[in-house]
Amino acid sequence: MLEIRNLQARVQDKEILKGIDLKVKAGEVHAIMGPNGSGKSTLAQVLAGREVYEVTGGEVVFDGKDLLEMKPEDRAREGIFLAFQYPVEIPGVSNMYFLRTALNARRKHEGLEELDAIDFLQLVKEKAGLLGLNEALLARPVNEGFSGGEKKRNEIFQMAVLEPRLCILDETDSGLDIDALKAVAGGINVMRSPERGIVMVTHYQRLLNYVVPDFVHVMYNGRIVRSGGKELALELEQQGYAWLEPETVRV
Amino acid sequence: MTAAVLPIHELRGIRRAARERFDLLGFPTTKNEDWKYTNLAPFLKLLRVPTETAAPVDLTGAPFADLGCPRLVFVDGRFAPELSSAPAGVKAGSLRETLDSGGAGQVGRYADFENNALVALNTASFENGAFVEIGNGCVLDSPIHLLFVATGGAAYPRNLILAGRDSQATIVETYLGLGDEPSFTCAVTELVAGDGSVIGHLKLQDETRRALHWGMLRVEQGASSSVTSHNIALGAGLARNEIAAVLAGEGAECTLKGLYVATGRQHIDNYTTLDHAREHCTSHELYKGILDGASHGVFHGRIIVRPEAQKTDAIQRNKNLLLSREAVIHTKPQLEIYADDVRCTHGATVGQVDQEAVFYLRSRGIGLEEARSLLTVAFTSEILGSIPIEAIGLRLASALAGRLSGAGS
Repeated sequence: MLEIRNLQARVQDKEILKGIDLKVKAGEVHAIMGPNGSGKSTLAQVLAGREVYEVTGGEVVFDGKDLLEMKPEDRAREGIFLAFQYPVEIPGVSNMYFLRTALNARRKHEGLEELDAIDFLQLVKEKAGLLGLNEALLARPVNEGFSGGEKKRNEIFQMAVLEPRLCILDETDSGLDIDALKAVAGGINVMRSPERGIVMVTHYQRLLNYVVPDFVHVMYNGRIVRSGGKELALELEQQGYAWLEPETVRV
Repeated sequence: MTAAVLPIHELRGIRRAARERFDLLGFPTTKNEDWKYTNLAPFLKLLRVPTETAAPVDLTGAPFADLGCPRLVFVDGRFAPELSSAPAGVKAGSLRETLDSGGAGQVGRYADFENNALVALNTASFENGAFVEIGNGCVLDSPIHLLFVATGGAAYPRNLILAGRDSQATIVETYLGLGDEPSFTCAVTELVAGDGSVIGHLKLQDETRRALHWGMLRVEQGASSSVTSHNIALGAGLARNEIAAVLAGEGAECTLKGLYVATGRQHIDNYTTLDHAREHCTSHELYKGILDGASHGVFHGRIIVRPEAQKTDAIQRNKNLLLSREAVIHTKPQLEIYADDVRCTHGATVGQVDQEAVFYLRSRGIGLEEARSLLTVAFTSEILGSIPIEAIGLRLASALAGRLSGAGS
């Protein structure tokens, strides 16, 4: 489904990704872990098409198509979804209007008929119920005045409505209390399916107690330095990331 | 250009005095500090005296001509009874008729022409306008719509709105243009809000790009009255709106909200004055501008706090969204505070469409153009969402969405 080969990217003059290789197949859940500044969030953003990052080398193929050639909106319409680490507040645009516009853009792209307000409302209520999302949030402007936990839940809710083929979750667990974490993890587990790939970028092992990954990758200094099964996450939990630092090793 | 002298009511001699004053002052030029950024000359040059045989006006399909409420229509400053329908429960009709029968003696009492050439011009030249009198304690459910249509040449609408004690009403003034003749609208509205009255005023200006529009809303507020003005400027090649509100009674509250949207080479100027003359008065002002193309916007917000106006609470904000590199905004707060126990704050912002928000929308599949348009319209929601007649706010929002789609690319 997703194949990343030797991906390199920089922001201004700073090289951040120095050659990433990663394959994600439908039905798989991958966790990308690593210390702050390792480049894991950059990888998530580059996949979604954020233009502040300049891709300087390598390629990304998604369902046989060259992803790097596509505009962000086309990537989304093809089925890529990025759950933001810091969801943006958009005053003046209601969550409902926003999400319906987004869903219909995708449906139009797929040659499907646009959903009318009534059918959309039904869909949204169903998904909100599934995730235990407070329906009052739907009428409010996108993320405006939402708590940290509400924002993250709203990301998962959007994901549930848009039903992407590849979900990329950027630090979705950061800043959540245990109840919110469980709710978000529940939402991600609902999305797990044989047709869908999930990539979770996370600093901590905590989320992986609730969403058990098939593969764990460790990023350091712009590269994936180790890959393994779910047990790798537990190892990291015990050892931390200190073993990655050459200086520390010398001590 | 000179306006015709009309054999209308003499108005205690003030029309002659106003004429003399205008002849002395002439049209304002950019040498006048209050007109520094707004040059009328190129528009005035284009004006022609229109042919007297004006074609009948067809308002079918004109945006905002029909707001689903009773309306008084004026074409080029003249009353058009055949297009008008009288509102119930209130005195509303032609100002000229009222003057001829000895009423509306307050005309000219509030809008000062000594220091304002265009008020002088209007006072000397007006032929007609609306007279609305809302009785004491009268509560009007339906808004009163005053519609001014410019088809070419100069027009000087003059309106007087008297809201009695404890009355409640909403007045909508709409200025539209038809055809492609150059036009000049020079309009003055005097609005007197009696003690305890709650008055909404909405001005919607959507004239053609060949139009020069100048308008003055002069508000006089009694004790504990509340006036909320929405000033929406979309049209005209050059437009200047002046609002001068005097909080003349204790505990009066005035809210001024404005939205100006300019594209191409449009120039839209807003000059507001909030004059706190008594104790315990409150004013809230929020003006928002969207400027695209090579358009220019001006916001000049004056707040005067008189020595006796202790416990004044005044907040002024001006926010601007620039959609192109050529668009320009001049924003100028002017606070004149002569009392010591007051709270006055002001702030102005100028910015572009938020790139973070654009990316967020795009990452959900919404195209670049649509994302920008959506965010631009969202910028207006703070103003349009607070219009007291929700249906008008919604119509404005959808009209703007249409006009702004693809803006700023």
